[in-house]
Amino acid sequence: MDIILSSISQGLLWSVMAIGIYLTFRILDIADLTAEGSFPLGAAICSVSIVSGIPPLLASLLALVGGMLAGIVSGLLHTKLKIPALLTGILTMTALYSINLRIMGQANVTLLGQETLMRELQSYGLENRLAVLVVGGIAVGLVILVLYLFFSTEIGLALRSTGDNEDMSEANGIHTDTMKILGYMLCNGLISLSGALIAQNNGYADISMGIGTIVIGLASVIIGEVIFHNLSFAKRLMTIVIGAIVYRLIIDLVLQLGVEPQDIKLFSAIILAIALSTPLIKKKTKGSKRASKKGAKLI
Amino acid sequence: MTAILELKKIHKSFEVGTVNENHVLKGIDLTIEKEEFVTIIGGNGAGKSTLLNSVAGTYAVDEGAVFLDGKNATHKRTNDRAKDIGRVFQDTKMGTATRLTIEENLAVAFKRGKKRGLSLGVKDKQREVFKEQLKLLELGLESRLKMEVGLLSGGQRQALTLLMATIVPPKLLLLDEHTAALDPKTSQMVLKLTDKIVREKKLTALMITHNMEDAIKHGTRLIMLHNGKIVVDVSGEEKNKLSVPDLLALFQKNSGDTVTEDALLLG
Repeated sequence: MDIILSSISQGLLWSVMAIGIYLTFRILDIADLTAEGSFPLGAAICSVSIVSGIPPLLASLLALVGGMLAGIVSGLLHTKLKIPALLTGILTMTALYSINLRIMGQANVTLLGQETLMRELQSYGLENRLAVLVVGGIAVGLVILVLYLFFSTEIGLALRSTGDNEDMSEANGIHTDTMKILGYMLCNGLISLSGALIAQNNGYADISMGIGTIVIGLASVIIGEVIFHNLSFAKRLMTIVIGAIVYRLIIDLVLQLGVEPQDIKLFSAIILAIALSTPLIKKKTKGSKRASKKGAKLI
Repeated sequence: MTAILELKKIHKSFEVGTVNENHVLKGIDLTIEKEEFVTIIGGNGAGKSTLLNSVAGTYAVDEGAVFLDGKNATHKRTNDRAKDIGRVFQDTKMGTATRLTIEENLAVAFKRGKKRGLSLGVKDKQREVFKEQLKLLELGLESRLKMEVGLLSGGQRQALTLLMATIVPPKLLLLDEHTAALDPKTSQMVLKLTDKIVREKKLTALMITHNMEDAIKHGTRLIMLHNGKIVVDVSGEEKNKLSVPDLLALFQKNSGDTVTEDALLLG
């Protein structure tokens, strides 16, 4: 029970990042590695801000803005300088490594004894794990609501149509470059915000905490998609939250079984590989079932 | 009469400076008046698609000028020209966003060339217009507004694209072999629909086809391209009386060449 509760609260915090990954991967059709840099960027901005006395809520919002700026950089590199999406991400991510070190001044910043969103809630008498749950729940709820509203607007529709069919979008007068930059901005803002929340929950920001972000994000997205398919946009976002929680649960269980923390990234990659291949496996098994039915008829 | 489209000495080459250098358009001069429906025919490599793409802004021309509705559009990009131009592509997947619903696609088209804001993407008021317009297609799509376009057949998608291109009447409608990827029956259905929409909405249109009979049967003016030049240009009474043998004779007389492509003859 303890594990489940902690997986849920952790999953909620991570799902903000996973939603950002989903938007680039599925809506804009880009695998954006900027995430690996914008996640620790959010953690760095938020931690340093808190340490210098800025209230946690404002510090988290600063992280959101910082991530958006990183997204704009990637967006400009990709659309204006025509650098392929994969390389764009690698470039920004590498540059952000130095920037994150500059922001933190060292490899990590501890939030020990500092005010965080979770501790603020605890001061109202909430128990620690419940506080994390409330912070995560509110953050994810707001993000889904805002995204749902945004993607129903004219601009939101133009963004979706750009990711779906660029030729058609251009023929209808959509400035696809602007839409892509907007997408990059939105996604990395969310990923950075998630980094800020995780840093507050863990009690520190670390330069290497971004490693594997994209794997965790994609795993959550794909798990959500494998469990529930063909859903409308808002419901799809909710399934990503479920995917993030399930992913956390798997990782926490693996840790409970005695796997050492340094092997976790390996497990993350394996989980993603399995999740990514599930649609194919499902298809194959269905195919063989149909084949055997046919075979039965023949006999 | 006002000229909707004016092309002045358009030249376009590809892969300049390589052994594959290909001079596709060689000084095209063309003026299209309001409410003209021009069919363009020509063999492979004659320059039909390049011509259309130059008008749409997909390709920037090397030399010459493009005037849209009297304004110089030579250096404008596709999305800036979209205000005046509606387009249907050959590839049935190219004209619609497959993961968006029918109404969402129409809503994107409804805002063609206009500023998009933060108001609701698909409005109730628009839905009524969409339903009414979809009825014109006679495909029953008006009852499937919330269906993803990816689930439609190629013919249905092409009909929808045609509607999207004309739901806000464009100054110029470009049809790039928009029935070539369809089976003969669906192709005739979409062509009939094209005629109907162009007539009812009083549109000015350019239609590429590789089928001589279609080129003769549809539209008010016929242009034949050969090696990047216009070799046949007939309209009015002369076009109405035109037959395939007439057209072949005309082509031979003007270009000094014979039509060798089966596709053009047999369609």
